Amino acid sequence: MTTSSNKRSFGWLALLTGLVAATTIGIVALLINIFERKQEARTPFAKVVVVNEISTDPKPWGLNFPQQYEDYLKTVDDDYTDFGGNHALPPSKLEEHPWLKRLFAGYAFSIDYREARGHAHMLADQEVTKRVTDVQQAGACLHCHASIIPTYRRIGMEQLGQDVTAKTLGESYNHDAVMAGFKAVSQRTYEEVHAELEKTPDHFQSGESDDPHAHMGSAHPVSCIDCHDPDTMAIRVTRPGFILGINKLAHSDDPVPHLPSIKKWRDEGAKGMYDPNLHATRQELRSFVCGQCHVEYYCANKMTLTFPWSNGLKVEDLEAEWDNTEFPADEEGTAGGKFYDYVHKETGTKVYKAQHPEFELWSQGIHASAGVSCADCHMPYEKTGATKTSSHWVRSPMLNINKACQTCHNVPEQELKERVDVIQNRTRSLIDRSAAGVTEMFDAIMAVQKNGATEDELQPIRDLQRKAMWRLDYIASENSKGFHASQESARILAESIDYSRQAIAKCYQLGTKPDSAPAKPKADASTDSDAADE
Amino acid sequence: MPAHDAGTELPSSDSQPAPTEKRSSRFGNGAIVFAVFLGILSGLGTFTFGYGKGASYLSNNPQSCVNCHAMQDHMDSWQQSSHHHVAVCNDCHLPHDFVGKWVTKADNGFFHSLAFTFGGYKDPIQIKPRNRRVTQGTCISCHGDLVHPLLPAVNGQDMLKCVHCHTDVGHAGR
Repeated sequence: MTTSSNKRSFGWLALLTGLVAATTIGIVALLINIFERKQEARTPFAKVVVVNEISTDPKPWGLNFPQQYEDYLKTVDDDYTDFGGNHALPPSKLEEHPWLKRLFAGYAFSIDYREARGHAHMLADQEVTKRVTDVQQAGACLHCHASIIPTYRRIGMEQLGQDVTAKTLGESYNHDAVMAGFKAVSQRTYEEVHAELEKTPDHFQSGESDDPHAHMGSAHPVSCIDCHDPDTMAIRVTRPGFILGINKLAHSDDPVPHLPSIKKWRDEGAKGMYDPNLHATRQELRSFVCGQCHVEYYCANKMTLTFPWSNGLKVEDLEAEWDNTEFPADEEGTAGGKFYDYVHKETGTKVYKAQHPEFELWSQGIHASAGVSCADCHMPYEKTGATKTSSHWVRSPMLNINKACQTCHNVPEQELKERVDVIQNRTRSLIDRSAAGVTEMFDAIMAVQKNGATEDELQPIRDLQRKAMWRLDYIASENSKGFHASQESARILAESIDYSRQAIAKCYQLGTKPDSAPAKPKADASTDSDAADE
Repeated sequence: MPAHDAGTELPSSDSQPAPTEKRSSRFGNGAIVFAVFLGILSGLGTFTFGYGKGASYLSNNPQSCVNCHAMQDHMDSWQQSSHHHVAVCNDCHLPHDFVGKWVTKADNGFFHSLAFTFGGYKDPIQIKPRNRRVTQGTCISCHGDLVHPLLPAVNGQDMLKCVHCHTDVGHAGR
């Protein structure tokens, strides 16, 4: 029938119309997507707020640089890796590795020692650790755990008799005042210096803070201003400890092939001070900003915070500096005596405590010699749209293998992960061996002491003990589990084992066998003994 | 969305058949609507093709590869590379025979568009095995005489890819 055929052809027409309409929708969607992608390729930047040298609060910076700020905030919830990571309160390492308790006997680390968490936690975690709440700590710790430079500057300006207002404080970095303030508070107590933080005006402080993330007053953990110039956003170093330390290194004869600007500065006559903000390349600064804190240092109240870099960056260079350091005399003129970090409780030996020497160990490794900076792996470039930024979500490269490693390493992710695992597991088993050596050495020394060994007989043994402990702690407290320089780590642990065994042999020569050693927990390959935050 | 048909509601089928003029006019109205839609589609399609520089993809010009910013680093580093005097993108990334060239172009064109439209691709991007074989083939196509002794005795046998060692000859950026 014509009606039905008409109806049918009309039906077809309607269906085709629908199809064409749907296709049109698809084309429009594609068109808009192409438009968006083209817009992405433009990178507009609008400075919406002005920040200056006292803007320790990262929030206003975040208005100008939303992408970087969002990444920075992510450091509150890094995933847990095998060797470091995040928990609300990370598990205690002391429970997992009883030998640490013996290694740190007589030192605050034997009370409370946990895995590190991300940058955003660094001040809050420091405020609650028993190492700070139960033991009197020095304010020097805040050199790294807080955004403290404006406070140094304020105290320094007061000392230098300069006029201190929020305006003058925010005008410039003011190197002389920062250094003066740094020296002034270096030997005061943690609580005093923490209180000083809250007296420093912040450009954007509203007065009373109902921000749940705010630390007391205007104390912030490491933030934008610590690595960036507020006017130009140029990367820079601000920490006095590093500025003094890298200058000492430049004046040494350590070759430092991985830091070409130091060689250049030496070749030009080594005039005056090596100033990283003036002389270093941008690529070097991408490591230097981390080296402001991720280093070995002295950070207690007997002398100013010190980076031991006057001989070079190797473990024995640092050790040599401590060996030759005398504490300054106190007010009464009593000589400070030879440098030490703590008295080992079980044996009475004065020993050194290694902090987290990541910068120093990385300096010995293959990535440093290839010119790869800390930021290249821990803050790899990422694209948001077409905008390329360094990811400010500072975290383990193992959580981000594609961006962190595969820019250079053209092999599958799994293979890269396995390579790292091999290095870290080998290092861990060497750490366990060194720990066994060190604890057996403690037993041997205690045995000869019980049998009345004289201080003269003990002296060479104590020296070996200090060397063995320093080397074990150096690698155990370093945060890469050997990855930053795997062969160097193995060398250092081998030396630790050797010194422990030499000390034990000397104890035996004194004619004393230790009591049957207490049953040691067997080294268990499924736990880690990685060290973490200060 | 498509506009409602201008035609009135049909009476039910047991009523008198509608006159033919009315039927054809309704069909005619429908055809007009369809034609309008078809016109919009082809107009939009043509515009989008032009706006998206569709024709450029039929060329050998490296500039068409950076229509998408995903390839900008590759382009920048190719300009600094040892091959940029002698080879453009297509010389290494498309086979040197007609069929292979256009099949590969279509394959990559489709999948690149898909990835770039929906995002979520790897960054640094990674070459897929098929394209890895293509680049290997193009190395041999130009350098075959020189590396002849290195080639496997039987075609298709395993051999190390040239770029395994000569990793930056095309572009260092990934």
